[in-house]
Amino acid sequence: MTWGTEHWVGLGVLAIATFALRLLGPWLAARVGGGARAENTDALLAGLAVAVLAGLVVTQALFDGREAAGWARPVGVVVAGVLVWRRAPFLAVVLAAAATTALLRLLGLP
Amino acid sequence: MVGLSFGAVAVASGAPLWLPVLLSVVVFAGASQFVFVALITAGSSPLVAALTGTVLNARMVPLGMGVADVVPRTGWRRLVAAHLLTDESAAFTLPRRDPEERRAAFWLTGVLLFALWNLGVLVGAGLGGTVLASVDPADLGLDAAFPAVLLALLVPALRTRADRRTAVAGAAVAVAAVPVLPVGLPAVAAVLGVVAGRARRRDGDGGAP
Repeated sequence: MTWGTEHWVGLGVLAIATFALRLLGPWLAARVGGGARAENTDALLAGLAVAVLAGLVVTQALFDGREAAGWARPVGVVVAGVLVWRRAPFLAVVLAAAATTALLRLLGLP
Repeated sequence: MVGLSFGAVAVASGAPLWLPVLLSVVVFAGASQFVFVALITAGSSPLVAALTGTVLNARMVPLGMGVADVVPRTGWRRLVAAHLLTDESAAFTLPRRDPEERRAAFWLTGVLLFALWNLGVLVGAGLGGTVLASVDPADLGLDAAFPAVLLALLVPALRTRADRRTAVAGAAVAVAAVPVLPVGLPAVAAVLGVVAGRARRRDGDGGAP
């Protein structure tokens, strides 16, 4: 990939926004207090993360941009899903996904 | 291990060697780093990638509210403490009651994690740049590694029925949005999944798009 100005901007935005969010918590707590309010916000924002992660998993597993990604990749991700569900170690999950996809491609599946 | 995989997968998928290392120092939030690199190497706009990563990091706010007492009031220590706030440092701090213990737990976990995470990413990026550099990432199945990682981060967060509904709705919205939205944005549109999860919980049925 080629790295350009817009990539620096993106990186800067992510770094600054993340740091601002980290400072916002203690700042808010000093003004409105932590406790129950924090727990409510936590449930909502945890939901946001769940929705976005789920959206990313399926779109990244199934598509290359707008094109379908073929079969090898989704099958690799499904294998990863089974391993996650069986509580396999993180590294095993990642390696199994990549190995499955690589093997299927070696066998000629797109 | 997660840091090691992040560095290796990022560089092997075509990111420059220094990128995962720099991200780990200045962003220092695992899931959002993975997502940022996965989206830009897949060709989506860096700003969209940053936005998606930021949404994932919104959880820092309630976490920060929960551990606010261990963050110094003023000065550079406040900034350092804020930067060390992660799921892990909060998780080790929150169950403790004694103020001194809480402070110790937060700083110890924060500093240790920062060191190990960055070391892991550095080693991983080195591996990705040397061992894996000569091979086509598609032949290694590396394109399956990113969604696999995200799945490994997602599943432990699915504790309740509402979580699972939110995930399914988010996934459905994202897939439906692929033909209409620019690359990278469908996953952001998945935030609508939250609405579905919440609305259903209130009414008992319906409410999903």
